[in-house]
Amino acid sequence: MKPLPSFQPHDADQIAAFLRDRSLAGAPVYVRGGGSKVAFGRPPREDETALDMAGLSGITLYEPDELVLTARAGTKLSDIAAVVAEHGQCLAFEPPEFGTLFEGGTSTLGGAVASGWSGPRRVKAGAVRDHVLGALAVGGDGQIFKSGGRVVKNVTGFDLPKLLTGSHGTLAVMTDITIKVLPAPEATRTLVVLGLDDGAAIRLLCDLLGNPYEVSGAAHLPRAVAARSAIGVIARSGVSATLIRLEGFGPSVMDRFKGLEAKCGQGAEHLVLDAEECAVLWREVRDVAPLIGPGPIMWRLSLPASDAVGTVNAIVKAIEAEAFYDWGGALVWLTLPQSGSADGHAALIRGLLPSGHATLMRGPTDIRARAAIFQPQAPALAALHQRVKAAFDPHFILGAGRMAVEA
Amino acid sequence: MKMPEPDRTVMDRRAAIVAGLSAIVPGEGVVSAPDALRVYESDALTAYRQRPLAVVLPRNTAEVAAVLRFCARYQVKVVPRGSGTSLSGGALPLADSVVVGMGRFNRILDIDYANRCVTAQPGVTNLGLTHAVADAGFYYAPDPSSQIACSIGGNVAENSGGVHCLKYGLTTNNVLGVEMVLMSGEVVRLGGKHLDPEGYDLLGVVIGSEGMLGIVTEVTVRILPKPPGARAALIGFGSDEAAGNCVAAIIAAGIIPAAMEMMDRASIKATEEFVHAGYPLDVEALLIVELDGPHAEIDHLLKLVEPIAATCGAQSIRVSNSEAERLLFWAGRKAAFPATARLAPDYYCMDGTIPRHQLSHVLGEIRRLSGRHGLGVVNVFHAGDGNLHPLILYDANRDGETERAEAFGADILRLCVDVGGVLTGEHGVGVEKRDLMEYQFDEPDLTRQQQLKCAFDPEGLLNPGKVFPKLHRCAEMGRMHVHGGKMAFPELPRF
Repeated sequence: MKPLPSFQPHDADQIAAFLRDRSLAGAPVYVRGGGSKVAFGRPPREDETALDMAGLSGITLYEPDELVLTARAGTKLSDIAAVVAEHGQCLAFEPPEFGTLFEGGTSTLGGAVASGWSGPRRVKAGAVRDHVLGALAVGGDGQIFKSGGRVVKNVTGFDLPKLLTGSHGTLAVMTDITIKVLPAPEATRTLVVLGLDDGAAIRLLCDLLGNPYEVSGAAHLPRAVAARSAIGVIARSGVSATLIRLEGFGPSVMDRFKGLEAKCGQGAEHLVLDAEECAVLWREVRDVAPLIGPGPIMWRLSLPASDAVGTVNAIVKAIEAEAFYDWGGALVWLTLPQSGSADGHAALIRGLLPSGHATLMRGPTDIRARAAIFQPQAPALAALHQRVKAAFDPHFILGAGRMAVEA
Repeated sequence: MKMPEPDRTVMDRRAAIVAGLSAIVPGEGVVSAPDALRVYESDALTAYRQRPLAVVLPRNTAEVAAVLRFCARYQVKVVPRGSGTSLSGGALPLADSVVVGMGRFNRILDIDYANRCVTAQPGVTNLGLTHAVADAGFYYAPDPSSQIACSIGGNVAENSGGVHCLKYGLTTNNVLGVEMVLMSGEVVRLGGKHLDPEGYDLLGVVIGSEGMLGIVTEVTVRILPKPPGARAALIGFGSDEAAGNCVAAIIAAGIIPAAMEMMDRASIKATEEFVHAGYPLDVEALLIVELDGPHAEIDHLLKLVEPIAATCGAQSIRVSNSEAERLLFWAGRKAAFPATARLAPDYYCMDGTIPRHQLSHVLGEIRRLSGRHGLGVVNVFHAGDGNLHPLILYDANRDGETERAEAFGADILRLCVDVGGVLTGEHGVGVEKRDLMEYQFDEPDLTRQQQLKCAFDPEGLLNPGKVFPKLHRCAEMGRMHVHGGKMAFPELPRF
């Protein structure tokens, strides 16, 4: 595909002027951060101008004692991670780096927030949206607005930063984002239980998450997936691996880990991973690409953990597919080795979901152009989405057709 | 407090409206007798009172939908109401409004331990959720001080907090899904037992929307396993500044306590005399630092916190040695409001949030304002997250004191905004802080929020007169889009 024409602004005012102009012309715009997720969703169209956020970069406020950081949207996540790490802090929502999953590029803060995808720590620390405190943004109509603030406890007006999080650049262009940062865990340990079948593994993870071990990562890698891990002992085990991560202060982790090992280590073959191995392993789970099968089609299922195994089994019975589980089963990554259907098996997969929803994460351009990337909604909710879209972007120029479909 | 002008044509149709609602919710479903309506005249912000046209008490989602469809058809304003514990007037009726009371929605529908969530009707109390799962070792984390009475539906509307939200978040961080009826009568489901939103995170804006986007008829909350232990430390300081520095130093050391509360000399004295919690009376400021988790973690963190406190100049440190003692430490703090009520005939509770490092500066300024307005003030803070609750002492029976208390309160909230904070941390804007919204937000910020409201309630019938200082008609804002938002709207009604 030939590169889109692009516009590279340096501040909110330039974006506002640009979007006002595009709105008047009814000309569509596509917001681009570091390009790590360009291959997600409805493919960019030839008539779209890319709004390249690279010119808005840099941390503008960081007060470690206040656990707060503001950065311009185009700031690289890796730069932010490095700066907060110097102060023993982290982005607790563990944003994935999906460059490898898609077609390269780097992750930016704006992209991480706009996509709203949270990492494995979701089960303990919450989602991206739980860490976004405030945003300065420009609506599709070219109007600059601020929302939220820089303090955690804030109920002043509608919580627009949450709405912008995960809106994939289709409501407004965020220029400056304020997030909550948290102390990085002092110690990390992972218990790997080997050889459980999917059902037993997810039941175990649900049980552990329901006990005060404060599990901060709960994933299950079936045999074929475990074999791709960069952690040799897991890859070579020849069986499935169920991963349970504990984090926190040293003595606390030791104490909880003792209880955890006593509970699930008995009679089960298991491994204990140190901090360094944990970092590698959970990065694999977070970024998905190192573990997932090579299939061209990939789905992301968000569903109640107790429905996960039944759903995956039903799908695998119908089509060739491979899955692994994160969030104690509440997140399923699914790859299909072949396209084999015009919609990437969207209808089949969604038809087998008892509740929750399925997102087409990766696929050939023709399928992504055709299939519903996000799960279609009941009519009243779909209409509400359209009205919300119109409230921010009345001319439907921002990422047109990516999330709420035009009326 | 100026509210939107009552619509005469609606007022004149009162009998027909009552009859129409009675047909939708038969039996005891509609309250219309003047005496009976008095119960609904105000919420916990009792300074403002207004009798509504009628109160309707639906029993199920279908009835809520029918009531809203009916009200939409006849252009009747609707004020949703949970338990009526709002401190910002969120449930204050309008003279030409129908109050929809959700008290009959009082059942827990589903307890799901495998997925760690509870689905309940909105009238279930906050504490009722915890009670339902306590035997299994779980609890619902947000704990507003009204938790015995306040409803989970009201918590959703106000995004309620509590002393433990420093570590566990507010309502918005603990709710997974809702069923909601729009003003059109349409029913939508947002979220559920899964963790990520399908499409836009509408749940994120519905929570804390103060009854202006829809009426919630079902709520799914996340429950947490109860930590094995909790201990509290009472730490006394010779100055506010030292206490404020200690709060910052604890956070800087990478510790996020379950709760970190601060009381000033006046509130220490008032509560000690009231409940005898054993608070030191020779200190200027007192911190309650609660640590929870496995016992090994609590012991470890106490060993870190004690030297930090000493370095910050702590005059006394007492750590609870039993659950009874921990609860006694809290008894004082939790009785701060009733204890304050003994100091003056009336008090006015404020709720701004500030960046933590501004604590001692803001406290000093509040004292200065206290002198200027000639009214006493007692301070309790959720210090860990910078949420202040100054309690302004006054006597409503004395001429002009209510107005002075309000002016003092407004000065405090402006001060919060000036130092980088916000008008309200957990009580909501309601009618109380409505006219200060323009101090924190600029016109385009408020316009955008109102445009969002229009997406849910195009005719502006749901809880009007709350939160926004100017009432825009949705069509006008649509035109604003087209003209680039540069119009000034001098003709708009202002309250």
